[in-house]
Amino acid sequence: MPRHLLSIADLDAAAIRMLLDTAASMQDVQRREVKKIPTLRGRTVINLFFEDSTRTRSSFEIAGKWMSADTINITGKGSSTSKGESLPDTVMTIDAMGVDALVMRHSASGAAHQVAGWVKARVVNAGDGTHEHPTQALLDAFTMEQRLGTLAGRHVAIVGDLTHSRVFRSNVLALRMLGAHVTAVAPVTLMPSGITPWAQADGFALSHDLDAVLTGERPVDALMMLRVQRERMAGGFFPTPREYTVGYGLTRPRLQTLLAANPEAVICHPGPMNRGLEISADAADAAASVILDQVAAGVAVRMSVLYHLLAGEEGSAA
Amino acid sequence: MPRPDTPGDARVVLSDTDIARALKRIAHEILEANKGASDLILLGIPTRGVILARRLAAIIGEVEGQPCPAGALDITMYRDDLRHQPTRAPMPTSIPGDTVDDKVVVLVDDVLYSGRTVRAALDALADYGRPRAVRLAVLVDRGHRELPIRADHVGKNLPTAHSEKVRVRVLGHDDHESVSIAGGER
Repeated sequence: MPRHLLSIADLDAAAIRMLLDTAASMQDVQRREVKKIPTLRGRTVINLFFEDSTRTRSSFEIAGKWMSADTINITGKGSSTSKGESLPDTVMTIDAMGVDALVMRHSASGAAHQVAGWVKARVVNAGDGTHEHPTQALLDAFTMEQRLGTLAGRHVAIVGDLTHSRVFRSNVLALRMLGAHVTAVAPVTLMPSGITPWAQADGFALSHDLDAVLTGERPVDALMMLRVQRERMAGGFFPTPREYTVGYGLTRPRLQTLLAANPEAVICHPGPMNRGLEISADAADAAASVILDQVAAGVAVRMSVLYHLLAGEEGSAA
Repeated sequence: MPRPDTPGDARVVLSDTDIARALKRIAHEILEANKGASDLILLGIPTRGVILARRLAAIIGEVEGQPCPAGALDITMYRDDLRHQPTRAPMPTSIPGDTVDDKVVVLVDDVLYSGRTVRAALDALADYGRPRAVRLAVLVDRGHRELPIRADHVGKNLPTAHSEKVRVRVLGHDDHESVSIAGGER
């Protein structure tokens, strides 16, 4: 394991395997009556969130607390940042208190990486701008493996706003390392520039036609619907929400097409969902939907990450 | 020249038949102490303890004519030396019947040494419920306790030096079965 978890690209297949295997054991803690293990007793984890979050922040907090770490939440709005304090000053102030880990979300891509260079604490990237969200990719892989078994040779289609999606970036890296076949589906306007050489280098497929992917030769085993990020949608990337739904939403007919081609297929969504926009209520609540399993897996995976970053010998993380 | 840790250097102290005999005796001792197999649960400490627990449960089942539940109790997250070594992935825990409340739990491990593993196991067990009694069965007791812990059932007491290495091999995890001592001053 690296010293910080900033990007899936810092991990190799063996490290991902270890994190997922540990998460499986952590689920045992999640299921039992006494949800407390002493593993991180005396460690302090700060959740430093400059962007809104429900599931990521609360699951990191729960993960830390179940492992007996002291977890504290700091949000951008309520901190000295709103008084004009700079990011380095804020994080170095927190670091000076002697904390062990900083779980950080920030709207700037690369923020977590920069912070890692300023502090003594371990840094976990909980989402940096449009760059990466590594724990999301890990929990997605964990959830898919629970339903599908090994992901080697499985076909995962990721649909939606590839340009702004840190979930997509982390997922495509993790899924390729686990041997899955990945197809990224989006309208031209929502594909980042330079994706074609990237897809060739990392070995994933691109498509602008969701229906063609769903009825293609290689049935889809997991369909991951990305959120249409209204907060990053100022650029006129598609004419109307209705038009997006018609082209790229998981509508009821598309749900039927997916399941007709592969009755075992699962539907993922990192949340929060825009019901009726990128995913219909039928699909979100279908038996094939693993969206709430993803939330449950989030706690187990984050316990696993905190364990491997914080529990071991000081300086053992190479 | 034999190197330490190779089979050529190691002294075999228990053969496969010795191990089988020891397990049979321990199984009978457990039954005698418990006055039968009622409410018994055997929990092995990964990895080899789990195999030994299953083996003991099979013998008890044979003797009593009814199956004896065996499971696994991982202690990784309860170790007191986590900070002194790199992290490793924990092993699965499985509690037969999902509860230890009011049961007589026999913890099973291969080697009893410092006693720290057993302390961790007792802590872990407390988070799963409140057993009526907890006992400890080990294949080998090599001494050098660092905590006030002792085993109720011992396959063999092996006086060792700190510098020696006790190796337990059991089928199901290793390719043959033996207990050997290697290294130490000659």
